[in-house]
Amino acid sequence: MEGEDRPQPEALLEQAAREHRGRLKIFLGAAPGVGKTYAMLEDAQRRRKEGADIVIGIVESHGRLETEALMRGLEAIPRQLLSYRGRLLSELDLDAVLARRPALVLVDELAHTNVPGSRHEKRFQDVEELLDAGIDVMTTLNVQHLESLNDIVARITRIRVRETLPDSVLELADEIELIDLPPDELIQRLRAGKVYLRDQAHRAVNHFFSRGNLTALRELALRAAAERVDSQMISYMRAHAIPGPWPASDRLLACVGDGPGAESLVRAAKRAADRQRMPWIALHVLRAESASERGRDQAAAALQLAEQLGGEAVTLPSAADTVDEILDYAAGRNVTRLMVGRPRARRLPHLLPRLRASITERLARRAGHYDVTIVAADSMEAPSPPTIRADETQRPISLRDGLLVAGAVALSTALAFVADFFLDVPNLSLIFLTGVLVVAIRLGLWPSILASLLSFFAYNFFFTVPYHTFAVHQTEDLLTIFFFLVIATLTGNLAGRLRERADHTRQTARRIANLYEFSRRVASAAEIDDVAWAVVSHVANTLQCQAVILLPREAKAGGLEIAAGFPPEDHLTTANWAAAEWAWQHDKPAGWASETLPGSDWLFLPMDTPNGPVGLVGVCFADRTRPLTMAQRRLLSAVVDQAALAVERTNLARDIEEKRLLTETESLRAALLSSISHDLRTPLVSILGSAGSLQSYGDRIPPAQRAELLETIQDEAERLNRFVQNLLDMTRLGYGALTPKRDWIDLRDVIGRARQRLKKPLAAFRLSVELAEDLPLLHADAVLLEQVMANLLDNAAKYAPPGTPITIAARPSDGMVELRVSDRGPGIPPADRAAVFDMFYRVRGGDREKAGTGLGLAICRGIVAAHGGSIRVEDGPDGGASIVVTLPCPAVPAAPAEAGDTP
Amino acid sequence: MSGIARILVIDDEPQIRKFLRISLEANGFEVIEAATGKQGIDLCATRTPDLVVLDLGLPDLDGQQVVRRIRDWSPVPIIVLSVRAAEAEKVAALDSGANDYMTKPFGIAEFMARLRAALRSRPAEEGAAQALHRIGDLEVDLAAHRVTLAGAPVKLSRKEFDLLRLLVIHAGRVLTHDHLLREVWGPAHLHDTQYLRVYIGHLRQKLGDDAAEPKLIVNEIGVGYRLMTAE
Repeated sequence: MEGEDRPQPEALLEQAAREHRGRLKIFLGAAPGVGKTYAMLEDAQRRRKEGADIVIGIVESHGRLETEALMRGLEAIPRQLLSYRGRLLSELDLDAVLARRPALVLVDELAHTNVPGSRHEKRFQDVEELLDAGIDVMTTLNVQHLESLNDIVARITRIRVRETLPDSVLELADEIELIDLPPDELIQRLRAGKVYLRDQAHRAVNHFFSRGNLTALRELALRAAAERVDSQMISYMRAHAIPGPWPASDRLLACVGDGPGAESLVRAAKRAADRQRMPWIALHVLRAESASERGRDQAAAALQLAEQLGGEAVTLPSAADTVDEILDYAAGRNVTRLMVGRPRARRLPHLLPRLRASITERLARRAGHYDVTIVAADSMEAPSPPTIRADETQRPISLRDGLLVAGAVALSTALAFVADFFLDVPNLSLIFLTGVLVVAIRLGLWPSILASLLSFFAYNFFFTVPYHTFAVHQTEDLLTIFFFLVIATLTGNLAGRLRERADHTRQTARRIANLYEFSRRVASAAEIDDVAWAVVSHVANTLQCQAVILLPREAKAGGLEIAAGFPPEDHLTTANWAAAEWAWQHDKPAGWASETLPGSDWLFLPMDTPNGPVGLVGVCFADRTRPLTMAQRRLLSAVVDQAALAVERTNLARDIEEKRLLTETESLRAALLSSISHDLRTPLVSILGSAGSLQSYGDRIPPAQRAELLETIQDEAERLNRFVQNLLDMTRLGYGALTPKRDWIDLRDVIGRARQRLKKPLAAFRLSVELAEDLPLLHADAVLLEQVMANLLDNAAKYAPPGTPITIAARPSDGMVELRVSDRGPGIPPADRAAVFDMFYRVRGGDREKAGTGLGLAICRGIVAAHGGSIRVEDGPDGGASIVVTLPCPAVPAAPAEAGDTP
Repeated sequence: MSGIARILVIDDEPQIRKFLRISLEANGFEVIEAATGKQGIDLCATRTPDLVVLDLGLPDLDGQQVVRRIRDWSPVPIIVLSVRAAEAEKVAALDSGANDYMTKPFGIAEFMARLRAALRSRPAEEGAAQALHRIGDLEVDLAAHRVTLAGAPVKLSRKEFDLLRLLVIHAGRVLTHDHLLREVWGPAHLHDTQYLRVYIGHLRQKLGDDAAEPKLIVNEIGVGYRLMTAE
């Protein structure tokens, strides 16, 4: 592989992340009573003597004197008391430890499950939070609590351990100390009453502490510690780019079926992959036919478990041939080993010929060069062995279905009695067959089998000799009845499967349509508010719950705020906020039905993207006593994923826009500098030159030319003045400080003043003013409009050749006033018309000799826009350009009527 | 007016004082200069100038304060200098008793014209006492309430006449919108500028003046109106 000798970034990152985290030391033992807590306390005492800042978070002495003696001298954080079902229970006070911030904290029993109402469901999550906060932790753990060993331990000891931990916790440990005690010694200690045992039945205890079990557990603990050492070694070698012997290109593929054995298969895969140090994938191929909801949930749970165990979980859509699909996928992913579950033994193995081999069998036959491992099921987990084949739906027949089936058979019997007059007896079976088919189509597989049995009995009872008994005399009838049963069962079975497949397809289609509709809505939403609204309304409608979306606040202050709620919601209780904040900070689900703060009313899910979470989606169900179904979870996570994408997309769009604005501001600044240096300097050069000439050679210059120089100074100074004025206006526009001071004004006054101001530059033109008689008053800022007028006239005078006419026209139009300044200059090309109003834009070419700031029209647009008007360029009436300003003119309050004229 | 008029220039910018002094002296005025508001007020009291030119942007005192302090005891005409975009400041100065204003930068010729008009119109009461006023073709007889334009009688409503009367009495001076509204419509109508626009429009129409190129009634944007004297 290329780049193998470079340190691998993940490994380095892992190391870097560890440097900020607290260090975790686990005292690992094979069974209770080996002395883990004791060893931990000894270690703590030793460190305390070295001066370390150590506190006891929680340590159970179970009344053992030696343990209590060792706890002396160590500061203990008071426990948190929680009442649960009327009992007062004590737990680790996480917040108190976080507030105390010791260098090291002792937390006994890592696998402990917290009392409901605590922040986290499990104690190891408390420990993770402590480590995240940079506090070192020492803890104890028995090997049977490890998730991936759960099955093995259960098989060996026949006791299923309920309190399990993901294996990743072990991988978090910086140090593992194996506390080993030979089984015989442990059994002695047990007999001496030195081992504390909780609620375990005496018999079970005796069984658990048998010599064989303890030896097996001891081996497991030794192996877990050894594997841990191994993985640390690998991590070290990777970080330091030491080429290692691990086979990076091999992969194990576990084919997860939708049966109860799926989870066992995943655990087996994890163990096998770990042993051989190869990456592994849990693959599930969806199957349309006969996949029950429960089976799919089990598959989904197994995939989730696979992710927790560090594998990769993949789901493929249903395909014509599942085996082909699996082999295709395996070929594409460098898979070398396949792992499948053993097919379930049939209950009636030889009654019917097997129509089709199981997937496991076909896979094994066609696997070619792959190693195929067939895994046995865990007998304690499921009554039947795991299988890659989908379980047939064990749907019980409801009473209603039963009645319907009975009704259908009764009807068939009645019809058969009528038909008995026209048909031979054997043909009557056709009527019953029809009934069975109808039942199969309407009610599904199991009712149809019931119907075929009932029909069989009815037919036998009423229509075969001897009548009204279930006995059969004639061979002919016997055959008829036999074939009837076979055909009824087969057709019913077929029709039932067909119906289930159709149901499943319909459900899938609805879910896909639903998601499609949502993604379409979200994709069309441009603003973050629209996205937020689409998300909450979709979640609320599809899951029938309340939904909110929480997004980080704009301000740097941080924190979250409710961006949208459905039904509209702008308040969450403090407890719910706490769950939301936790979910946000830790990028994990929190709140109701999760492992953290499950006492909240709301469940918060982070919207994850490759760049971290972008927000949270919160849901709240009216009925919180029932947990979320797998289907709901799946739907929710699909929607949250989509929402995360949409939110990230709008965030990206916003970032791009911000960046664009920044670039624009930069280029504006550059343009401003070049404009200022050019446009300030040009008049100054003329002024300085003329004044200098007059000063030095005044007496030698003829009077006429002296006057000319003086005039130049005056004109250029005025130009400079106009430029400075524009710069000031632009600055005010830029700071948004340009709010019009409105009053009633007469546009004619404004035009008059502007002409007065530009008397000199306009002198060379034929200026005509065409104002409508009924020009209404405007409610506007006269000073600003005068600036607009002056800039328009200045521009016309700058670009039009001297001697040509310049026209100012104004007339009312549609409740607006339209003001038009037209010249006979070169005009503005249509392509430039929108851009001329941008700052520092000047139409290229032909105007090199004209000094202009490129500010005039931009200021005009700013001022006109501040008045609620618009400005545009049109062709002049006789060539040249026309700048058209449209301003709103509200109704003028009437002046009081007045009587009495002067004589 | 007897003898040489004495002009007090209060401005903190020596360059501006210098060119004003040179131009004013060239036009036969006597010039005294002050660089601060305080000094200006002192000089105004001790040297009794015939006219004060006051920059509103002084380092020590607010221009408005200087106008008000002088107005406490002296009716001397005051022309204030101020930059554009400070219309409110100008209006305040005018309302405090300043006679006219110039927007910086200004042309010296225009400045001289304003200065002469301000010197001539002093004191305003004199204008009110005088019955007959002639401005170009326009003749206004305040006593007889008669207005003629080039000899032809002009028929004005009462408000129109009141408005014209105010402008005529203060011919050459700018009258703020507030001032005109208060005098003609009463203090309750200070914000009804639209009345003023409409009546000024009527007046201009009847007196043959074009708003887009005014010869008679000029609007000072954002400040008020001025009746041009024939000059």
